[in-house]
Amino acid sequence: MSQSVRTATWPAAASAGGARPSGFGDPLFGLLVRLCGLLVLLLIGGIMLVMAFGGREAFSTFGLGFLWSPAWNPVTNRFGALAPVYGTIVTAVIGLLIAVPFAFGVAFCLTEMAPRWLAGPLGTAVELLAAVPSIIFGMWGFFVIVPAMARHVQPLLRHSLGQLPLLHTLFSGPPFGTGLLTAGLILAVMITPFVAAVMRDVFNSMPAVLKESAYGLGSTRWEVMRLVVLPWSRQAVIGGIMLGLGRALGETMAVTFVIGNTNRISASLFSPGNTIASLIALEFPESAAGSLKLSSLLALGLILMLISFVTLFCSRLLLRRGA
Amino acid sequence: MSGAMAPAGGVERDQGRNRGRDRGLDRRRRLRDGLATLLCGLATVLVLLALFSILATLVWNGIGGLSVATLTRVTAPGGENGGLLNPIVGSVIQVALATLLGAPIGIAAGIFLAEYGAGSPFATAVRFISDMLLSAPSILVGLFVYLLLVAPVRHFSGYAGIVALAILVIPIVVRTTEDMLRLVPLSMREAAAALGAPRWKVVLLVCVRAAAGGMATGVLLAVARIAGETAPLLFTSLGNLNWSTRLGAPMASLPVTIYQYAGSAFDDWVQLAWTAALLITAGVLLLNMGARFALRRRGER
Repeated sequence: MSQSVRTATWPAAASAGGARPSGFGDPLFGLLVRLCGLLVLLLIGGIMLVMAFGGREAFSTFGLGFLWSPAWNPVTNRFGALAPVYGTIVTAVIGLLIAVPFAFGVAFCLTEMAPRWLAGPLGTAVELLAAVPSIIFGMWGFFVIVPAMARHVQPLLRHSLGQLPLLHTLFSGPPFGTGLLTAGLILAVMITPFVAAVMRDVFNSMPAVLKESAYGLGSTRWEVMRLVVLPWSRQAVIGGIMLGLGRALGETMAVTFVIGNTNRISASLFSPGNTIASLIALEFPESAAGSLKLSSLLALGLILMLISFVTLFCSRLLLRRGA
Repeated sequence: MSGAMAPAGGVERDQGRNRGRDRGLDRRRRLRDGLATLLCGLATVLVLLALFSILATLVWNGIGGLSVATLTRVTAPGGENGGLLNPIVGSVIQVALATLLGAPIGIAAGIFLAEYGAGSPFATAVRFISDMLLSAPSILVGLFVYLLLVAPVRHFSGYAGIVALAILVIPIVVRTTEDMLRLVPLSMREAAAALGAPRWKVVLLVCVRAAAGGMATGVLLAVARIAGETAPLLFTSLGNLNWSTRLGAPMASLPVTIYQYAGSAFDDWVQLAWTAALLITAGVLLLNMGARFALRRRGER
């Protein structure tokens, strides 16, 4: 409503200003802020164009086969995107599978369970976890989580889930502590506060009268959540989850510390691997300018950009303000 | 309820059975509710434990290395009692200049969205893309700036690092600026316009002034975000183990130093990495808490 009022008001104000003798400040200022808006728009296009330009040599050498070639061999100059893409998707999916239930639990806790005096500090704590720099997660993962995984979690998983017929391959192999599962776990800790914050805002933005009606009919908290709040906010909740996925796909430093840095595809979640972002962070500094390897890394960057672009695009579409 | 509809003879027994079934249903509902409450509470406790574990690890490992010597000495080869002076100074320089470069662009774009872009498809696109940039992988920003500013001149530089961080500042500031300007009542704009002020004066002297506190908070949040960023600096300002404040040369920063030192074989380097991690986390979290606290207080007023 306020928007329609504003569009009705502003042109009048603008023309009044334009009529003044010193009125050329107005078009100038208008142009300036529009240019800055345009700059934001150009940035994302520029990133993609520059990345595509840098990766042109890789695409012209390997063709579209670059996308599904599992090779990554600097010695023979054979490069393919499959292994890092696989690592990126597997770690992000593991992270999401762990993070979503936790994020939902935190959001449920913050909006329905916690009393007012507790919800504030609790929310702040979750926001602080979201603000911790990713390299700190990497260090924490490397010095705290990796040893715990190697000593306790991975042997336990191997002796329990690893004995089941279908899950056998997923939970086999030596328990190094590093690897896809550990990277997924760190990602989960990182994206949980983001997804939880989105879910909390969405749950809070629901008209109170809907919840109150359900409570008035005698529903329990869980029934209100499952039968009223969740159906009402489904679209935005999925948007929040996609936002978390977008973060997990492009996360670099935290993963680099714990992924193990191997460019092989292995079915076991204990095995070391690489994500696109960690591969770029680890191998870019040792690639000569103008080499095919550098070009391949930039081509990988373009692929990552496209994957996260699509994910974030869907996420923003679902989360659109006011939608 | 359904018992009342039953034939008279069966009322007594029917009600009894219904009550039993209701009680069973009731118990199951309560049980389910209790279970959900328990699991969600547990999830929250675990998330808080993760935060606590991170902070405790940082303090436990980092506090021992925190001394005047660490803060005033330049980095040195392993085992030679180096400090963190050049990474600290490098971080401050890069973050400050990146904020000076990125914040005005973000504020201008935010003003455009809030004051000029009502309903136009161009503004909708800018808002959408800016929100996407907010979560875009920061390492790609590093690659982008590498190709633009490092590859052509063939050497890493503080300038490149500053530009990379500035790109990360813009979407954060755009978002908060627009949100804060939208809180300014329309009547204030109308009053200023009625006095004959041109639009740019209305925006800058009335709207922006009214929203200045909130906008400053947005800039603080952006500073907190870029202060801990590592990935965009790896290929731009690279890091520098010698003392240097020249922007045209590679420049040290705390996050990159953590990355270089954390996995090293020298105990004193690992110790420095922990201390740097403690410093950066304390700084980022304090900035963040201060900004959020200020925002909340403004929101309550």
